[in-house]
Amino acid sequence: MESVTAWFAEVGAWVSDGLYSTFVIDGRWEWFLSGLGNTLLISLFSVLLGMILGLVTALFRLSGSKFLKTVGSIYVDVIRGTPTMVQLLIIYYVIFAPIPIPKMIVGIIAFGINSGAYIAEIVRGGILSVNKGQTEAGRSLGLTGAQTMTFIIIPQAVKNILPALANEFIVLIKETAVIGMVDNLDLVGAAKKVQSRTYDYFWPLISIAVIYYVVIKFLSVLLNRFEASLRKSDIR
Amino acid sequence: MIKVNNLHKHFGKLEVLSGIDEHIKKGEKVVVIGPSGSGKSTFLRCLNLLETPTDGEIFIDGECITEKGVNVNKIREKMGMVFQQFNLFPHLTILDNITLAPIKVKKMAKPDAEKLAMELLERVGLVDKASAYPAQLSGGQQQRIAIARALAMNPEIMLFDEPTSALDPEMVGEVLAVMKDLADAGMTMVVVTHEMGFAREVASRVLFMDQGVIMEQGTPEELFGNPQNERTKSFLSKVL
Repeated sequence: MESVTAWFAEVGAWVSDGLYSTFVIDGRWEWFLSGLGNTLLISLFSVLLGMILGLVTALFRLSGSKFLKTVGSIYVDVIRGTPTMVQLLIIYYVIFAPIPIPKMIVGIIAFGINSGAYIAEIVRGGILSVNKGQTEAGRSLGLTGAQTMTFIIIPQAVKNILPALANEFIVLIKETAVIGMVDNLDLVGAAKKVQSRTYDYFWPLISIAVIYYVVIKFLSVLLNRFEASLRKSDIR
Repeated sequence: MIKVNNLHKHFGKLEVLSGIDEHIKKGEKVVVIGPSGSGKSTFLRCLNLLETPTDGEIFIDGECITEKGVNVNKIREKMGMVFQQFNLFPHLTILDNITLAPIKVKKMAKPDAEKLAMELLERVGLVDKASAYPAQLSGGQQQRIAIARALAMNPEIMLFDEPTSALDPEMVGEVLAVMKDLADAGMTMVVVTHEMGFAREVASRVLFMDQGVIMEQGTPEELFGNPQNERTKSFLSKVL
């Protein structure tokens, strides 16, 4: 009986020591907090940049111009055919190496370009999912192709692809973890900083895994509710 | 008003229209009938270039619209089209459905466009639906809105592509009534339909199409009362 109590005491001390040295000493919790903030900021702005790039690319690929089609296809093909990590390293150490701009911006650009290729496919699918009769109705009224796209097709496509876009944001939160390998900006960076002080991998890594999980679980639940409410408005 | 010379349309190897010559005068109500796959819808869609003709010429008000470099949008402004599936814009209210084209294409001021829309809604008997969304309306109501939407551009010609084929039987009447009003008001109309009663009552001329050509045409009395062509006879014996 006594040995069991002693074991619990030992485990309790190990856990509290671990958490103490990971979060409390030197106010290290602030590192995680700002790391999480940066992770979310990078993801959010990347997804916004990705939406712009994705929309433009999707329109390129659906346009009548062979040149624009090819440009769009090559972009999507290259980005989807190479690892995110390699893209990040190239943008970090090659393209932006001689230019002094905040690392955060570099990260947003890198992940924005990356997610743009995936969002382009989402947007393209969304546009193609709108019934052809809608285009015909718009054109038969004398609207130009661009006007039909802007006022009729895209508003309907956006509604169809909102859940997929929100999902892309959630995916991106996980993807951005690789930025921790080149800079100590994000959650992974916070874990690395702690690890370099305590020489312990276990607690910092388990901690950020839990933080990622909780944040993503929270956003997924929000997304599910949002999707359910979208469906409701469809029934009317 | 509409002149068609030797119109051909191929979809790949399939020849849907094999040489159509037709002259539709101002104020005429032309009803096109014929079996499925006879090319009647394709013919109608060629008139406002929703389908690009493979060969032949189409003149609207003396202007050749099949030539390269014509402003397709300008031509389409003159022609309203009503579709089998209504094709209302589901994300816009009824009022916005009607005002969109006048505001964006004709640069009409919003209050003017809305006033016009309300007049048109009055005409099709749906004033109370102005702020509703298309999904809240019955098929017949949606089709009447689609007619109002087309009329908002003040077209010279109205094209109807099987406007009652997707409707429940009890709603067909309300749509045909709106179309009949329009005909009585002197609109030039080309109507593809299976409603033989409407053709009889409203048409100034009936075209019977089969296998991509106009097999026979005449006034409703001639075509329905005394068809000459064998194909027309056998078609009419099935549908009448």
